[in-house]
Amino acid sequence: MKYIEGFREPRAAAAICRKIAALASSSALKSRTVSIMEVCGSHTMAIARYGIRSVLPANINLISGPGCPVCVTPTGYIDTAIELSKQGATIATFGDMLNVPGSTTTLAECRSTGGSIEVCYSPITAMELALKNPKKEVVFLAIGFETTIAPVISVVDIAAGQKVRNLSMLMAFKTIPPALRVLVSDPELSIDGFLCPAHVSAIIGSRAYQPTADAGKACVIAGFEPLDILFGIQGILKQLADGKAAVDNQYSRVVKPEGNIKARQLMDNYLEPADAVWRGLGNLPLSGLALRDTFADYDVLRRRKMRMLDGAEPKGCICGDVIKGKRRPGDCAMFGRKCTPDHPVGPCMVSAEGTCAAYKKYGDAA
Amino acid sequence: MKQTGKKTLEPARPQPRSDASDTIQIAHGGGGLLSRELIRNEILSRFGKGPLKGLPDAATLPPPGGSGIIFTTDSYVVQPPFFPGGNIGSLAVHGTVNDIAVSGGKPEWMSLALILEEGFPLKQLRRILDSVKLSAADCGVTIATGDTKVVPRGQCDGIYINTAGIGSLIEGFRLNPARIKRGDCIVVSGGLAEHGFAVLAARKNIAIENGPVSDSAPVHRLVLALKSVAADIRFMRDPTRGGLAAVLTELVESGGFGISIEEKDIPFSPRVRAISEMLGLDPLDVASEGRIVLVCSAKVCDRCVEILNRTLGVNSARRIGAVTAAKGRVIMTTLAGGTRLVDAPRGELLPRIC
Repeated sequence: MKYIEGFREPRAAAAICRKIAALASSSALKSRTVSIMEVCGSHTMAIARYGIRSVLPANINLISGPGCPVCVTPTGYIDTAIELSKQGATIATFGDMLNVPGSTTTLAECRSTGGSIEVCYSPITAMELALKNPKKEVVFLAIGFETTIAPVISVVDIAAGQKVRNLSMLMAFKTIPPALRVLVSDPELSIDGFLCPAHVSAIIGSRAYQPTADAGKACVIAGFEPLDILFGIQGILKQLADGKAAVDNQYSRVVKPEGNIKARQLMDNYLEPADAVWRGLGNLPLSGLALRDTFADYDVLRRRKMRMLDGAEPKGCICGDVIKGKRRPGDCAMFGRKCTPDHPVGPCMVSAEGTCAAYKKYGDAA
Repeated sequence: MKQTGKKTLEPARPQPRSDASDTIQIAHGGGGLLSRELIRNEILSRFGKGPLKGLPDAATLPPPGGSGIIFTTDSYVVQPPFFPGGNIGSLAVHGTVNDIAVSGGKPEWMSLALILEEGFPLKQLRRILDSVKLSAADCGVTIATGDTKVVPRGQCDGIYINTAGIGSLIEGFRLNPARIKRGDCIVVSGGLAEHGFAVLAARKNIAIENGPVSDSAPVHRLVLALKSVAADIRFMRDPTRGGLAAVLTELVESGGFGISIEEKDIPFSPRVRAISEMLGLDPLDVASEGRIVLVCSAKVCDRCVEILNRTLGVNSARRIGAVTAAKGRVIMTTLAGGTRLVDAPRGELLPRIC
C-alpha cells in the first residue's frame, strides 16, 4: 500500500496542479475551453472521489464519455434479464447493475418481488452458483469492456472445460476502440483530448489509440490514482499547447504497447466482433463482442432461441449528446426533475458518477 | 451490516446438520421439557445468578444511579453469525452497550431474546452464548431477562437476537446536536469500517490473507473516561450501518451547520483501504461496531483525543474535521487536495464493476 500512497501525495498533487494552471493560462489555451473526455468508469469514479474537478482551472472541462459499461447498458438488455428471471433463471450479476432502469423496472425491484438475482463479486461466483444448483440455469450478465471481458471469458473457458451445462451468458460485451472511432468521426464533437483508460489499455495495449491520435486528438493513458489523473490531464494540455496529438502512455507500469497477449488470445478464441447497442448512442456497428458459433450454447439467447428485447430508449433524454460533449446536463428538460440519482432515466444519471449524476451531486459543491 | 433480501438461490444449506440431539428442534421452543432443558443447560448455566434466577416473567430491578435512565433496543441478524473478530453474540452485547454509552450512559442491564431456526447447531449456540456471557461481564452489564423462540426451518437464517438495554445517565453529559456550533471539532476514536468489511468478506467467502477483522468492542469505558470533558461534548454516535458518512450526513441535516473533514486524517487501515478498492465500496459508508464519532468544542478537542488514546492504550483517536457554516453539507478535502461532497449512503452496498 505504501506504493499506492505515493500516487496520492497531496504536495505532489499541488505541484502538478500548478503546472496544469500554467498550461491552461498559456497563450495557446487561455482564451478557450479545453474539453477532455475520460472513457473509463473508474476514471470517472476517481475524478469524483478525489474532487479532481475542484482543483482544475475554470477553462478545463472534464466530460465523462461512454466508458462505464453499466451506464451504457440499454433498457432492452435489462428487460431481457428480467424476462429470463421470470422464466425461472437465476441471474448472476455485478452489483451496480441492480439499479439500472429497464423499460419499466429494475433488477433490484425484480429481486424484491421474488426474482432470483444474485450479486457476484467475481464472475467465477456464477459458475459456483451453477455447480451448487445443478437444476437451475444460471445466467451471468456479461457486460463490460476489455478489462472485464477477459476474466468473464476465462470463466466460460473453465465451464466449457468442466462441461458445466447450466451456466450461460447474456452477452453485451463492448469494446473501446470502435466507440472512440464513432466519437472522433462525429463532426460536431467538441473534445480536444482523451484520458485513455488504464485497465482496458492493459489488455488492448497503447497502440490501439494510434488512430485516435492520428485523427488529431490528444491521447494520454493514465492510471486511476489522483496523481495519475492529474498527470494525464497535464499531458493532454501539453500536447494541446504544443499543437500536436500523440499517444502518450503514462501508465507504463501496467500498460504495454501490445497489451496482454494471453488475454487477447483467449478472447479471440471465444469471441468475434458484433454490433452492439449503447444506451444513449444507439447501435454502433462492430462495437461489441459475441460468442463464436462453436460456443453458442453459452449464449443464453441462442440457447433459448430468444431475441434481445427492444426496450424503448427513454424519450427526451439527451445523454447521447452529453456523452459526446455536445450538450450539458442542465440542457436536458428532465435533469433533476424526472431524472434523478434515485430514479435515473438516462445512462449519465445511472451510475453514481455518470456526468449527470456527478453534476447533480457535486456540480456546485466544490 | 444491512441485510439484503435473500431469495431461493442462496447456495443450499450445508447438508444435514448432524443428528437431532445436536441441533435446535421445534420442540426446543415449545415450552415443554425440551424448552426447559435448553433454558437450564444453556441460559441459566451462564446467566442464572442475577435477576434471571427463578425465571420470573419480568425482572425487578433497583432504581439505577445517575441522573436519568437510558433505554434502547436493537436486533441482530448478521450473516454469517460468526465472522473474524466476533460473532452475533458479542455483537449483540457490544451493540446494545454502545447505544447506551454514546447516549452518555453507563450500561446496567440488558435483555436477550433469541430467535432460533430449527436445525441450528447447539454447538454454535453455545459458542454464541459464551460470547454473550464474556462480553456482558466485560461491559459490566447484567442479562436481566430474556426469551427463546424456535421457528421452522427456512423462517429465519440460523439465529437472530433482539436486545433491549437500560443504562444510567452519567452526570455531566448534555448531548444535544442543537448545541453544535461552528468551529466545533469532529473526533473519531479509531480505525473505521473494519467490522463491515470483515462481515462482507466472511459472507461472500472473499479469502484475503490478513483480511479485515471486526472492530466489534464496547465503547462504554471511553465514554466514562470522557466524563471530565462531558460538558463540552455535544454529540456522540457509534458509526454502525452506513458508516461515518451516515452519521455525518444525518447530523448536518439536523441543524444550521455543515461539516468539513480531511480524508488524510480519517483512520482507515491499509487493509480497509485495500479491500474497499478491491470491491469498489467507499469505506466512508461501511460500518464499525466499536468506535465513537463525537463532536466537541475546539477547546477540549486535544484533551478528548488524549483521553481516548490513553484509555485505549493506542494512538488511534484523532480529529478528522470541524463544524462549518456550509449548512447541510459534509465536504471532504481529498488526498489529492480537491474537495467533494460526502453523500448519504444509498442503503445496499453494491460493489461496482468498474
